[in-house]
Amino acid sequence: MLHLKFKNLAAAAILLLVAACGPKYNEDADLTLEGDISIDGSSTVYPITEAVAEEFRYAAPNVRTTIGVSGSGGGFKKFSRGEIDISNASRSIKEDEAKAARANGLDFIELSVAYDGLTIVVNPKNDWVKDITVAELKKMWEPAAQNKIKRWNQIRPEWPNREIHLYGAGVESGTYDYFTEAIVGTSHASRGDFTASEDDNVLVQGVAGDINALGFFGYAYYEENKDKLKAIPVDDEDASNGAGPILPSLETIKDGSYAPLSRALFLYVNSPAVKKPQVVEFMDFYFENVGQLSQEIGFIPLPDEKYKAEHQKFKDFVAKHTGKATTQRKPDSTNTSH
Amino acid sequence: MTNSELNRLKDKAFQGFGIFCTLIGLVVLAIFLINILIDGLGRIDWDFLRNLPSRRAHRAGIYTAWIGTLWILVLSSLFAFPLGISAGIYLEEYGKKNRMASFLEVNISNLAGVPSIIYGLLGLEIFGRVFGLGGSLLTGALTLGLLILPIIIVTTRESIKAVPRSIRDASFALGASKWQTIWFQVLPASFGGIMTGVILALSRAVGEAAPLIVIGALAYVPFAPSSPMDEFTVLPIQIFNWISRPQAAFATNAAAAIIILLIITFTLNGIAVYLRHKWQKRVKW
Repeated sequence: MLHLKFKNLAAAAILLLVAACGPKYNEDADLTLEGDISIDGSSTVYPITEAVAEEFRYAAPNVRTTIGVSGSGGGFKKFSRGEIDISNASRSIKEDEAKAARANGLDFIELSVAYDGLTIVVNPKNDWVKDITVAELKKMWEPAAQNKIKRWNQIRPEWPNREIHLYGAGVESGTYDYFTEAIVGTSHASRGDFTASEDDNVLVQGVAGDINALGFFGYAYYEENKDKLKAIPVDDEDASNGAGPILPSLETIKDGSYAPLSRALFLYVNSPAVKKPQVVEFMDFYFENVGQLSQEIGFIPLPDEKYKAEHQKFKDFVAKHTGKATTQRKPDSTNTSH
Repeated sequence: MTNSELNRLKDKAFQGFGIFCTLIGLVVLAIFLINILIDGLGRIDWDFLRNLPSRRAHRAGIYTAWIGTLWILVLSSLFAFPLGISAGIYLEEYGKKNRMASFLEVNISNLAGVPSIIYGLLGLEIFGRVFGLGGSLLTGALTLGLLILPIIIVTTRESIKAVPRSIRDASFALGASKWQTIWFQVLPASFGGIMTGVILALSRAVGEAAPLIVIGALAYVPFAPSSPMDEFTVLPIQIFNWISRPQAAFATNAAAAIIILLIITFTLNGIAVYLRHKWQKRVKW
C-alpha cells in the first residue's frame, strides 16, 4: 500500500537527519554529566531559562534539558506533583500549591533570577497623561471600576472627557496576578471589562493603535516597541524608595525605586531534583550566567550580591537534602534520569 | 421588461455574487500567503532547518520541531488509520441499522466537532497520567489520533457508501463471500476517497498546538526525539512561542516556520489529490 511506503520513507529520512546532525560542544565540556532536567512554567521566565539552557548544552552536552510553557499556574501544578524538576514562575507559589507539594512529600525552594518591570504604557498621541499614581491605577483597575470608570476625566479631573480603553495580561498569567496584587491589593482581582491577552504583542498592537488606550506588560515588550508606545512614570507616593513619578529603566527596576511594579522572576527547585547531579550543576551554571544572559534578552539582572546570596541559598538547600556540599561532584555519581 | 429578461438579470446577478464570494476567500488567502512569504522566505536556509532553539533569533532553528511534527504524523496515522478505517467498514457494511447504530452515528458526528483542547485534557488524563506515558510523543500521537479518528470514520463511511449497490450484488452473484466482496470490490473502489479523507485529517493534526500544549509538549527541546517515549515539540508550538516574543526578529522566524508548516500541509494535500486520481483511474467497471 502506498501510504506504508511513504511512512517508511519518512522514517528513513528522520533517521538520516538524526545521524547527520551530531552535537556541537565546547572543548572543556563535561561529557560525564548525563541525565534529564525537566522544566516547565511561566512563559515570561521562559526566554531566560531558554538562554541559560542554550549555553548549558555547550557546557554539558549529554544533559537533556527540556522546557515547557504551561504558565506559572500550570507549572506549579506539575511541580507539586513532582512531575518536573524546576518550575519557572512569574509570581510566588500560592498557599494551596505549596500545600499540595508538601502533601506529596516535596520540599522546595524559591530563587530569584531576574527582575522585570511591568510598564504602564499609553499611545504616543496621548498628550494628557504625563504621570500616574498607584491610587489612580487602582481606581481604574479595581473590580468596583467595572462599568463605572469609563472616561479619563473620572480618574483625574484635568484629563479629557474621553473613553478609556484598558489592555492587560490574560487572567491565567502570573503577570496578571502580580499586577492585581501590586495595584488593587488582592491577587487575581480586577475589573473584567478590559482587553486581555496572553500574548503581549497583541497588547502592544492594541495600545499602539488606540489613542484612548492604557495597558501594562513586561519591560522587554516596551523596550522593543519604544517607537510605538509611551511609557508612563508611576508614583507610589512613598518617598522612601524614590520620590515622585518614576519611569521604568534598567537602573530604577534594579534598585527597586520603580515600585511597586518591578517584580522578581523566580525559579522553584524541589527536593528530589537536587539529588540529581545534573540539576545541581545546571543551577550552579544558572547563577553564574543568568545576570549577563537576562540582560541580553531584555530583562533586568539582580545586583551581583543578590545573585551570590540566592546561589548560597540554593547550596544550603542542596546540602540539607543530600547531606553534602554541592560544588564538588564526583564524576561517577549515579545518573538519575527517569 | 419581460419575465425572461428579468430572470436572466437575476441569473447574472447571482453569478456575480458567486464570483465575489469566491474571490473574497481567494484574496484573503493570497494576502496571507504573500505576507508570510515576504516576511519569512528570506529567513529559510539550510541552517534554519538544522539548528536547535536559541535565544538569538538568527541562530534559532526548527530542527527538533519539524522532526517532532513528522514523528507525530507517522505515529498518529499508525494509530488512527487502521482503527478509523476498520470502524468505518464495520459501521457501513456489518453494523445493523438499529437504535445502537444511530446512537453511535450521532456520537461520532459530535466527536468530530469537539474542540481540540478537550482532546488535550482527555489525552493528559488517560494517556499521560493513567497509562503513565507522560508528555511523550506517544501521548501526543494517541491524543491527535483520537482527534482525527471521527473524521476518518466519517470519510470512510461516505466513500464506501458511494460504491454502487450493483457492484456488491454482482460480486455476491458470482459466489463471493461478504469479506471477499469488501476486500476485492468495495475497498479498492473506495480507497481513493478514504485516503483523501485520511490525509486531510492528518493535515488538520499537523496544525494543532493547543491539545499538545495541554498534554505537556514542550517549547524548548534541544534534541531530536529518538523513540516514541521521548519528549517533543512541534512546529505550531514553536510558531506560537516565537510570535509572542518581544523581539521582532522572532516574528520573522515564526513566518519562516509557518512556510515550512504550509509546505508540509500542501505536500500532504498534494498526495491526497494524487491518490484519488490514481485510484479513480484504476477502478474499471
